[in-house]
Amino acid sequence: MRTFFARLAMLALVMMFVLSACGTQPAATEVATEAPAGEPFVFGMLLVGPYNDNGWSQAHYEAGKYVEENLGATMLYLDKVNPADRPGTTPDQLAEELVAQGAKLIIFNSDDMKDASTTFAKAHPDVYVIMASGDQVWPDGKAFEAIDNMTNIMGRMEYGKMMAGCAAALASETGKIGYLGPLINDETRRLAASAYLGAKYCYEKAGNDPASLEFKVTWIGFWFNIPGVTLDPVQVSNDFYTTDYDVVISGIDNPVNLGEAAKLKAEGKNVSGVAYDYVAACDAAPDVCVGVPYFNWGPEYVKAISSAQDGSWTSQFIWAEPDWADINNPDTSSIGFVKGPALAEDDAAALDAFIAELAGGLNLWTGPINLQDGSAYLADGEVATDQQIWYLPQLLEGMEGLSAAE
Amino acid sequence: MLKSKAGGFIFQLIAFMLAMVFVSLILLAVGASPLDAYKNMLTGSVGSMRKFAEVLVSFVPLLLVTAGLLITFSAGLWNIGVEGQIVLGAIGSVWVLRQFVDSSLPPALIITLSILGGMVAGAVWASFAGMLKTFGGVNEIFGGLGLNFVSTALTLYLIFGPWKREGVASMSGTEPFPDVFSLPQIPDLRISPYALAIALVAVLIVYFILQGTYFGLKIKAVGKNIRAAYLLGIPTWQYSLYSFLICGALAGVAGALQVTAVYHRLIPSISSGYGYLGLMVAMLVNYQAVWAVPVALLFAALNIGSIQLPIVMKLDSSLSGVLQGVLVLFVLLTEGVRQKFVKKV
Repeated sequence: MRTFFARLAMLALVMMFVLSACGTQPAATEVATEAPAGEPFVFGMLLVGPYNDNGWSQAHYEAGKYVEENLGATMLYLDKVNPADRPGTTPDQLAEELVAQGAKLIIFNSDDMKDASTTFAKAHPDVYVIMASGDQVWPDGKAFEAIDNMTNIMGRMEYGKMMAGCAAALASETGKIGYLGPLINDETRRLAASAYLGAKYCYEKAGNDPASLEFKVTWIGFWFNIPGVTLDPVQVSNDFYTTDYDVVISGIDNPVNLGEAAKLKAEGKNVSGVAYDYVAACDAAPDVCVGVPYFNWGPEYVKAISSAQDGSWTSQFIWAEPDWADINNPDTSSIGFVKGPALAEDDAAALDAFIAELAGGLNLWTGPINLQDGSAYLADGEVATDQQIWYLPQLLEGMEGLSAAE
Repeated sequence: MLKSKAGGFIFQLIAFMLAMVFVSLILLAVGASPLDAYKNMLTGSVGSMRKFAEVLVSFVPLLLVTAGLLITFSAGLWNIGVEGQIVLGAIGSVWVLRQFVDSSLPPALIITLSILGGMVAGAVWASFAGMLKTFGGVNEIFGGLGLNFVSTALTLYLIFGPWKREGVASMSGTEPFPDVFSLPQIPDLRISPYALAIALVAVLIVYFILQGTYFGLKIKAVGKNIRAAYLLGIPTWQYSLYSFLICGALAGVAGALQVTAVYHRLIPSISSGYGYLGLMVAMLVNYQAVWAVPVALLFAALNIGSIQLPIVMKLDSSLSGVLQGVLVLFVLLTEGVRQKFVKKV
């Protein structure tokens, strides 16, 4: 008799069709009454992780709020857009859902959505697309495509990572730094390498032999933990901390290393960590937080979205610098660094001096720099081009960890 | 009255209402309006042609899997391994496509070969569960579950290993195939009419097998009473194995269509949980092929409609999964209660 349920299901389905025909009309009038003169510009955002992940996705979400405040625009967002959390869907399909709700511009916030953002942008030339962290429309990039409705935005986190590496080297007593890596690609290689360059520089500056610095990268396989699929970042952090790597730098989308450090510190172990991505990430465990390099997407999003609003939009590749006058200015700097309570006072002063040097023109991407396999990448005095940094083919000599999948 | 068809219907209605009430209570508990939630799911699934096309994209693999499971359920087998059979279908399909990336053969032929590749891979994977049961005495639930884990591990190995993207180690998936390797879609909609046709033909074939052939009758006989079937001269283990092969082949086609019509590459969660969802659909339709279509469509609509919940109402879209699961539970529960009543009356 269970077939009766099936009949009922069919009835329900028919009712769905009938009701939906009636149901869509009131919704349309609602929009009309809610939006009198000067309709707010609606933009959509697809976040790879939870909107409150205390990391990458939250930084984007807060930037969306910043755009709402500054431009009077309205944000629609969908978080957890990844194959594990939303099986059976694709980011381009979900972007269409946001467009159906009125979005005229879509922000794809993850490298994981790169292919989908291209597909979507080509299929919807009338919708503006911001692909954060991508390089599709970089004329000097390796995979350039002219997509008029797409802009790539990324901050020069290389500087933030150098500060992170410097802070870690200053805080470390064992001279062993762990780097919690996400997946392996151009972006993650150059960021891990930048952290290493910063660490090496400050380690040496503090009077240590840079050759004795140990810097190990362990990749978990994705931007955050997916049980059964990636390595568990908590376990990886624990492995670092229990094998004398007393500072762990997070390269993944959330600061789980801090949680593990706090646990071990409570057991009497002298460990700390560097968070990533989000300005307030240290709040997760302030006592063990050395600091956090963070993205401030707001200013560039405001520029791009206002250009979409006023019709001056052009497809651009933006790799935004920190505002060296004040890297923590929320209205001007795309990259910032917040020092954490776990950074000692003299170390904080040394870090400030390092940041001042960077602001003054210090470029750690200057040769001699060798790749991990020992081959020369930059000759003595040679300064890396943007392409050489963006598309770094391997980790650097002196770093331990995989440069590519085996 | 309780024995009558109308009595059955009343109990189904009660089950449906109970499920709705239960989910509504959850919604009220989190401070959301159940009416708004249902309305959003409704308009989110059938509110426009584009949305309905998305429902069909989800419907195709679900129907294929359900059709396959109707065969194994008829043979009295719980083919939990169907999820892994979808995965292997996808792997088989990707493997075939990779062989022809630089080939000058017509793309239609390559896509056809790729779907056949998926079909074979799904069937072979299902045969493992079948053989474990037949020759190893391993219950198909445990064998299937184990094989599901192995299929996930195999996918990850391929994505991170031999099939990885140049210079990349990410679970994001393999390099997408060129557009010519995609099943043609209806303009401006994501659904491929070919994929839809394959799924509908598959369910028709299954209906025909179960209703109109001796083969189907024998499978059902094995399912009803394996000992009696054996005594009647039906080669029972062979028929068990045949049912695994058919189900695996259909699940494999579902996996191949996930590759050729939806994702165009291998991703870790390529099966998207359609195997487990198909098990629920098959249970709800009481293993009757004719009802698989509307119920699979309803479940697909719930899947797609629920995407509106986080966008519009900031609710978690897993609510549709709760509704689906609760529906199955209440239908089984009321069926149990009804049986008790029937006995007492």
